[in-house]
Amino acid sequence: MSNRLPIAEGLFTWPAKKPALLGSRCDRCGIASFPAAQSCMACGSQEVTVEELPSRGTLWTWTVQQFMPKSPYNSGETPETFRPYGVGYLELPGGVRVEGRLTESDPRKLRVGMAMDVVFDTWRTEPNGDEIVSFFFQPVA
Amino acid sequence: MDVAIIGIGMHPFGRTPARSGLQQGAYAARLALKDAGIEWRDIEFAFGGSASAGNADALGNELGLTGIPFINVANGCATGGSSLMTACSAIRSGAHDIGLVAGFDKHDRGAFNADPGDWGLGQWYGELGLMITTQFFAMKIQRYMHDYGISENTLARVAEKAFINGSLNPNAWRRTPVAVEDIAGAIMVNNPLTKYMFCSPSEGGVALVLCRADKAKHYCAKPVYLKSAVLKSRRYGSFEVFAPSQALQQAEGPTVDASRAAFEMAGVGPRDIDVIQLQDTESGAEVMHMAENGFCEHGEQEQLIQSGATRIGGSMPINTDGGCLANGEPIGASGLRQVYENVLQLRGEAGARQVPGNPQLGYTHVYGAPGISAVTILQR
Repeated sequence: MSNRLPIAEGLFTWPAKKPALLGSRCDRCGIASFPAAQSCMACGSQEVTVEELPSRGTLWTWTVQQFMPKSPYNSGETPETFRPYGVGYLELPGGVRVEGRLTESDPRKLRVGMAMDVVFDTWRTEPNGDEIVSFFFQPVA
Repeated sequence: MDVAIIGIGMHPFGRTPARSGLQQGAYAARLALKDAGIEWRDIEFAFGGSASAGNADALGNELGLTGIPFINVANGCATGGSSLMTACSAIRSGAHDIGLVAGFDKHDRGAFNADPGDWGLGQWYGELGLMITTQFFAMKIQRYMHDYGISENTLARVAEKAFINGSLNPNAWRRTPVAVEDIAGAIMVNNPLTKYMFCSPSEGGVALVLCRADKAKHYCAKPVYLKSAVLKSRRYGSFEVFAPSQALQQAEGPTVDASRAAFEMAGVGPRDIDVIQLQDTESGAEVMHMAENGFCEHGEQEQLIQSGATRIGGSMPINTDGGCLANGEPIGASGLRQVYENVLQLRGEAGARQVPGNPQLGYTHVYGAPGISAVTILQR
């Protein structure tokens, strides 16, 4: 029997009715970061609180990865099946700019400032049938 | 106590299958010693580094085991700058009079594949295909073009200049000029940057002999003085490579901090500099680093580059030896290559690529993961 598993524990709520990215916010200086950390990158305080990050933001910058990365890239693709993918930083209101893969890889359809949603989908399927789930940024329809 | 560079040596950059990285480092060290007119046994201390070619202190096996303190330095793209800065302190402190700084490397083909664990990141970051330096550079220039109106043609012009300068440099890897249309029309690697707009990991070695400034003339007719050597790391809020998230409020990056500190230490300003070497791991980096190092305002690069100001005969010659784009990047040696080039330029020995007008002041800058920058200012 196959399972659906998150790519890493603590990156986002999963499984959940409305999954969300998990960041941490410093209780002292208010700075948020992703993924959730045990201390604040700005001031070093260890008083941080994990919180769900907003699910919609704007694309701050982007590129398209046109060549297949070397290991540790692990998508289940081969050089023959590799497909270029978009990457960008999504600016989340009140939070941070989070880096992630985009569901869109056509440079003609990507522009700075466009609205995108954080979505969760299968990233790869393991040989034993387990589906590994990750987060992606998807243009708002 | 001021510090002088009295000897320089370089192994050609590119690919040299017959020599290990270490042997390329030894080759450079022997040339530097010869240039200074001294023997290896005259050297009192050494700092050196390589990222992929072993411990630099193994140079002792090649040059002779003399018992000196030899410190291995590992600081990414700023390895050379870190060695130089530390060697400078060793002389300024009075602990030593004369020492060697060496950097060499030999990398596999293709982009670097960093391990997330080494950078305090989860494996998921690498598995998803985000642990890639070229992506960062592409995303930084993409936003910069949006904010400051830099054109794609200007990115191609930067690479065009690099290959022209490389064609004038016998130690460069890429020595054939490439037409600007071919650069712009080459296969895309990370939009908006094409194949010719990126440097590649390569091989090479550089060594420098440093000594107390008051003893420099004893060894060398044309010593070049190190007015400043500064290393800075990122502050919170700067836009950096290998960062799963970035701050909403942006801060100045380590390049800006290192540059300001170096100018202050040297007591000169950007307008005083006659020859400039900037980290150009890709075309966009050179564009952005022009402003981050204080040589122009953000956005002015478009006009400066299009008008030829950054060429060897221009008002601010940049990357006169072809930079990383024409030399590739052997990490341990790359920053020292810039210093080597400026010493040649300030001595007036740069041959076909000599900057005219008797340059007095040279500037070098490297930037590397995960947000470090090293700057030097040299004076003849």
